Amino acid sequence: MTLDRRSFLKLVGAGAGAAGLPLIGRAAELMPKSGKRVVVVGGGYGGTIAAKYIRMMDKNIEVVLVEKNDHFVSCPFSNLYIGGILPDLTELTIKFDKLASNHGVKVVQAEVTGIDAAGHTITTSKGTLKYDRLVVSPGIDFRIEEIEGYNDKTPELMPHAWKAGPQTSLLRKQLVDMKDGGTVVLSVPLGPFRCPPGPYERTSMIAHYLKTHKPKSKIIVVDANPDIVSKGGLFKKGWKKYYEGIIDYRPAKKVTAIDAGKMNVLIEGIEEVHGDVINLIPPQRAAKIAQVAGLVGDDKKWCPVNQATFESTLHKDIHVIGDSSIAGAMPKSGYSANSEAKICATNIVALMNGREIVGLSGINTCYSYITDKEAVSVAAVYALQEGKIAGVKGAGGVSPDLSAAEAVYAKSWLKNILTEMST
Amino acid sequence: MMMKWRGWTLATGVLAISALAQAAPPSAAMLSNACAGCHGTNGGSAGPTMPSLASQSKEAIEAAMKKFKSGERPSTIMGRLAKGYSDAEVSAMAEYFSKQKLHATNQAVDAAKVKKGASLQESNCGRCHIEDGKEGKDDTPVMASQWLPYMQMQMADYLSGTRKMPEKMKEKVDPMSKEDLDALLHFYASVK
Ligand SMILES: Cc1cc2nc3c(=O)[nH]c(=O)nc-3n(C[C@H](O)[C@H](O)[C@H](O)COP(=O)(O)OP(=O)(O)OC[C@H]3O[C@@H](n4cnc5c(N)ncnc54)[C@H](O)[C@@H]3O)c2cc1C
Repeated sequence: MTLDRRSFLKLVGAGAGAAGLPLIGRAAELMPKSGKRVVVVGGGYGGTIAAKYIRMMDKNIEVVLVEKNDHFVSCPFSNLYIGGILPDLTELTIKFDKLASNHGVKVVQAEVTGIDAAGHTITTSKGTLKYDRLVVSPGIDFRIEEIEGYNDKTPELMPHAWKAGPQTSLLRKQLVDMKDGGTVVLSVPLGPFRCPPGPYERTSMIAHYLKTHKPKSKIIVVDANPDIVSKGGLFKKGWKKYYEGIIDYRPAKKVTAIDAGKMNVLIEGIEEVHGDVINLIPPQRAAKIAQVAGLVGDDKKWCPVNQATFESTLHKDIHVIGDSSIAGAMPKSGYSANSEAKICATNIVALMNGREIVGLSGINTCYSYITDKEAVSVAAVYALQEGKIAGVKGAGGVSPDLSAAEAVYAKSWLKNILTEMST
Repeated sequence: MMMKWRGWTLATGVLAISALAQAAPPSAAMLSNACAGCHGTNGGSAGPTMPSLASQSKEAIEAAMKKFKSGERPSTIMGRLAKGYSDAEVSAMAEYFSKQKLHATNQAVDAAKVKKGASLQESNCGRCHIEDGKEGKDDTPVMASQWLPYMQMQMADYLSGTRKMPEKMKEKVDPMSKEDLDALLHFYASVK
């Protein structure tokens, strides 16, 4: 293998579609494996970090990162764009070229369609790849079958904006186009879902936008959960202080159906709630590839792992990190995915070198904006206790109050975590 | 209980033989990498209000973490996080970051302020902020290339009294004007 990355990518590109042949039967092998190799699926919060840190820790391991897009857009801070505080998504968008040039990560833009655990091979839209160990960090998908009337077209009408990119822009556009005096409906699914405080930050940011630009409008939050899932006290305090009369929060209201024609959501199939804009966040599970590969456990939703190494308890040599995994007390957040990726990378390198597993230490810090100037945070330190990831007692917790300093620090949080992922 | 056990194994290097997958305590790298999401890979920060930890002395980081933990030094999140680590773990992280090379930053600084700051540094601060702030005496932090907005926020905390100034620093800072202090910080930010 003496191909450099550029000629390799050219080769891959040529192989995939030039002849216009459908890929029937056995797909071509993309890149023959010579030495030790880890393949990483997904170039988001977890995958980029796993790929980079394995290379930082052991240059003898070849790392191939397979991501379906040629860029990644961060969900963290996307609520600020929706609220009109960020002008666009530029600051939230990263590329992968420096992971290649700085660390020698081989980046392949392709969709992973199957995983053959026994054969240590993945199938992608561009061919197959062999691996010694696989890291899967594909994020989430939606349990749309739990909402009657929901189909492939629904996100264009009632965006979820729970994967950043076109969906985020669509929700923003709908808010901008809405008349003053309109009603926004935001529906929160039952947990666990990606980013526990996310729907409430979203609510705050939409309320901020309405208050500043469309003061006669309001937002109704129908939450399937009995109460705000994360930082509840702080959100309530902030909403009372800044958004009285704008936010109508309704707990224990589960959306089970939609009426696209009337632009209604239906609570438990009966109670109709109408919105001029509907931000429908469906219930979630591990991303499709994790389902297809049989990495999902008995709950049919999430992937059980050995919590010391993030190795799947269902398939050997496959590690699942980020939102898809069941990571004990670590929430489904970008910072958790970052921390999990490093724990996983450390122990993959240990295992591939016949060394002992390194004890786990992790962190989560997650900021939520309440207004354009004030934010709140939650933090925790994690250790392994009796085989499960648990928060270290006496540490962590939420901020005492809304604060301007937290909003300032949050910006550096974003800058650092995205720089970690892209350089 | 858990913390004590982890601290003990880390401090003594004794490996607990356990039926669980976790055989060894977290390594210094394992502990430190978790901080990098906010402080940058290997402690080199890219966010202007988040300090770089790379090449800080072991003593400086230990002292900071101790003060965060007790609440003596004000913080938003660091107090909550510092409480999650034993003294031995803090020392391991502090040593890890002290071994990383200085994270040189390219910041927009005011040339006139840098010049003024350089002379102030030499006559006032150089005994503790050694070598243009590239090193620190005992637990004095490294200032070279540190982010200007971070240093300005800390200075504001010092001046308002929310963060307590060390006695020796106070003696030097008290007679200085706001402009002098600002010049000093521009100087430190410019050092590579
Ligand atoms: C509105 C919102 C706000 C949030 N705010 C915060 C916050 O402030 N702080 C925080 O810590 N977290 C936040 N989060 C949570 C955070 O975004 C997720 O927890 C994080 O992205 C999880 O990382 P991941 O690696 O599991 O998935 P992702 O980051 O989503 O990455 C998955 C990647 O895998 C790729 N992929 C998926 N399937 C395939 C396939 N078959 N083949 C190839 N590629 C594939 C995808 O294209 C994607 O790039 C927020 C989330 C939302 C929705």
